[in-house]
Amino acid sequence: MLYLDNSATTPVHPEVIKVMEDVLKKHYGNPSSLHQKGVESEKLLETSRKIVAQTLEVDKEEIVFTSGGTEGDNLAIKGIAFRYQNRGKHIITSQIEHPAVKESCRFLEQFGFSVTYLPVDKQGLIDPQMLKSSIRDDTILVSIMHVNNEVGTIQPIQDLGAILKEYPRIFFHVDGVQGYAKVPLKLKEWGIDLYTVSGHKINGPKGVGALYVRNGIALLPQMSGGGQEGGLRSGTENVPGIAGFAKACQIAREISVINWEKLSKLRKYCINMLKEKNPAVIINGPEEEHVSPYILNISIPGLRGEVLVHGLEKEEVLVSTGSACSSKKDIISPVLQAMGIDRETALGSIRVSFSYQTKEEDILIFVDKMSRVVNRLL
Amino acid sequence: MRRVYLDHSATTPVRPEVVQLVNKYLTETFGNPSSVHAFGREARKGVETAREQIAALIKAKPEEIFFTSGGTEADNMAIVGTAMANQTKGKHIITTQIEHHAVLDTCKSLIKQGFEVTFLPVNPDATIDLELLKSSIRDDTILITMMHVNNEVGTILPIKEVGQIAKEKGIIFHVDAVQSFGKLPIDVNEMNIDLLSASGHKIYALKGTGCLYIRKGTKIAPLFFGGSQERKRRPGTENVPGIVAFGLAAHLAGQEMEAEAERLTKLRDKLIDGILEKIPNVQLNGHRTNRLPGHVNVSIRYIEGESLLLMLDMKGIAASSGSACTSGSLDPSHVLLAMGIPHEIAHGSLRMTLGKGTTEEDVDYVLEVLPEIVEKLRSMSPLYNSMKLENNEECSKCTQKR
Repeated sequence: MLYLDNSATTPVHPEVIKVMEDVLKKHYGNPSSLHQKGVESEKLLETSRKIVAQTLEVDKEEIVFTSGGTEGDNLAIKGIAFRYQNRGKHIITSQIEHPAVKESCRFLEQFGFSVTYLPVDKQGLIDPQMLKSSIRDDTILVSIMHVNNEVGTIQPIQDLGAILKEYPRIFFHVDGVQGYAKVPLKLKEWGIDLYTVSGHKINGPKGVGALYVRNGIALLPQMSGGGQEGGLRSGTENVPGIAGFAKACQIAREISVINWEKLSKLRKYCINMLKEKNPAVIINGPEEEHVSPYILNISIPGLRGEVLVHGLEKEEVLVSTGSACSSKKDIISPVLQAMGIDRETALGSIRVSFSYQTKEEDILIFVDKMSRVVNRLL
Repeated sequence: MRRVYLDHSATTPVRPEVVQLVNKYLTETFGNPSSVHAFGREARKGVETAREQIAALIKAKPEEIFFTSGGTEADNMAIVGTAMANQTKGKHIITTQIEHHAVLDTCKSLIKQGFEVTFLPVNPDATIDLELLKSSIRDDTILITMMHVNNEVGTILPIKEVGQIAKEKGIIFHVDAVQSFGKLPIDVNEMNIDLLSASGHKIYALKGTGCLYIRKGTKIAPLFFGGSQERKRRPGTENVPGIVAFGLAAHLAGQEMEAEAERLTKLRDKLIDGILEKIPNVQLNGHRTNRLPGHVNVSIRYIEGESLLLMLDMKGIAASSGSACTSGSLDPSHVLLAMGIPHEIAHGSLRMTLGKGTTEEDVDYVLEVLPEIVEKLRSMSPLYNSMKLENNEECSKCTQKR
């Protein structure tokens, strides 16, 4: 099997498994307990926090562990909105956000918040000037994803952050689930206030993630209880998950630059090969600039995405249509729609997503299987 | 040195069968359950099997089980979700003064949003008065939320009776079963439970996984928003290894429940009787018999709980003073105070919770070590010495109470 669905989830790194097994077997204490077993777990927790903080170049105190990307996005958006609503009730986001962001914003609309959903161009990019002109006196939050999960577009976060620096009362949240440890990031320099990370997208475990919350920001917690995570996130800490996550962060960060270079070449190679075999292939999203080398979204005119996915699976290649979260619905991806991609092309799109393990040989196999399937179906 | 872990109410070690299964789901079956391809389908199968295993343990239907990140999230979702979805019917909630903070603080957060909450007082043994509950019900009561077993003192609350009352009045009934799930029989239909929270790491599964049972037809709003996982009630990629671990642990707990309850009850009683016999000026907190099989909580007068824990820890015994979540704070337990136990006695409380790995030798070891430590601590306590010098009327009162 050739697994090219790494944006949906990734296999857990062997070193991460080793760490987790060790914790599962030995360090079962509750970090809040005062005895030795508890102290051990507490130490593990804090070491993990330090590691994650280092990979983001932020303070340890600025990391809140969560149950994953969805909780992180919810905590950031609802946490800011409900805490700072006396300053204003306007939020700016984009039309191509992940449902965890989009649905959180929709929820807030029921509470009298107004939300501006910025449009994107054909490449899936936001125009920073458009952000600037959307800012109102009552804007309290801007939430923009770092890398789009379906087409891989990298948003100009640095430019958006530069604009927002002139508005110190507006918080800047970035959903980094697909971007973290994969594409360049300078949290502090770019003026990001909140950044969401998920474990299972970087060869870590499912059920764990982190939210960076800049020092000085007070969020309204989404869960009340024992007061763990500085009161921001109650509930016994998922120690094995967190320790595994930290290991995954460390590894991902160490190899991120090498991977960026390697996968940029492979992605380009893949596009060229696909075009060579089938000149009609359409690349959804940017071809080279402003795109994550981990994601490639393509359409073959005249073929439905799910038919392609199914055909490829028979050839032992696993890819997906759009995001895993919406893969069951027979509707056009709102992301592709927002990019102005025509219905036919959108319905035919598939997402191929790579990982640190992807090799040139895999690309060759994929392209070969792809043309076989296309030839059979067309 | 002998190591004795007696803090199973705080968390439990992961059982080997579970570790093995988790390994499989970390290595081979790593797919995203929402993916339509083979890897996704396999992961989905694991999640659905776990859902069946958990449903079976509480006699629910699999589609009534919704996985969460743990007990705290389940409690928050149950309470906030019910409040949000039913507020047009009324804004009154009934709970007790001895709930876990995940329930207590969530209820308090709703007060700020215009809800009214009745915090029922409890008897000295942490049981509740059903008549008081009945008289607290109002026309606008939309939710009763009550724990099955108190985490600090182990008392079992009359869930079945409360369920009957709630049903008659048409009020949604939520049970925080974090401490009883997998340890005591639960039948959501017989007990008329509409919502029930459970947690994985209290039954030898993983931290970071729990579930909320939602009776079909119960109106409840989600806590988080996003993808369509857990039928939109709990978005976010499912924590597959955590969920399958929880399922297996629940299944095994069900199989072992009766025998384990009997075994732990014997050990518990031996420990309680031994302490009361060997140490003067000690009282048992919670109900003597109507308590969780492996749960012991005693107040030892004239000593500080913290120093006691420290010295026990040095002897290899891991215990706690109350719940783990509040162990960092110096405030006396809200549970003990609600039971009418004075501050100074509440401060000397010791919780020992037994579990799968606990043996009779462990209990014997505690009974050997604990009286020595207490003796030593008391000999250093000015309070105890002055008490001994003066006439100790208070002390004999305390013995009588026992």
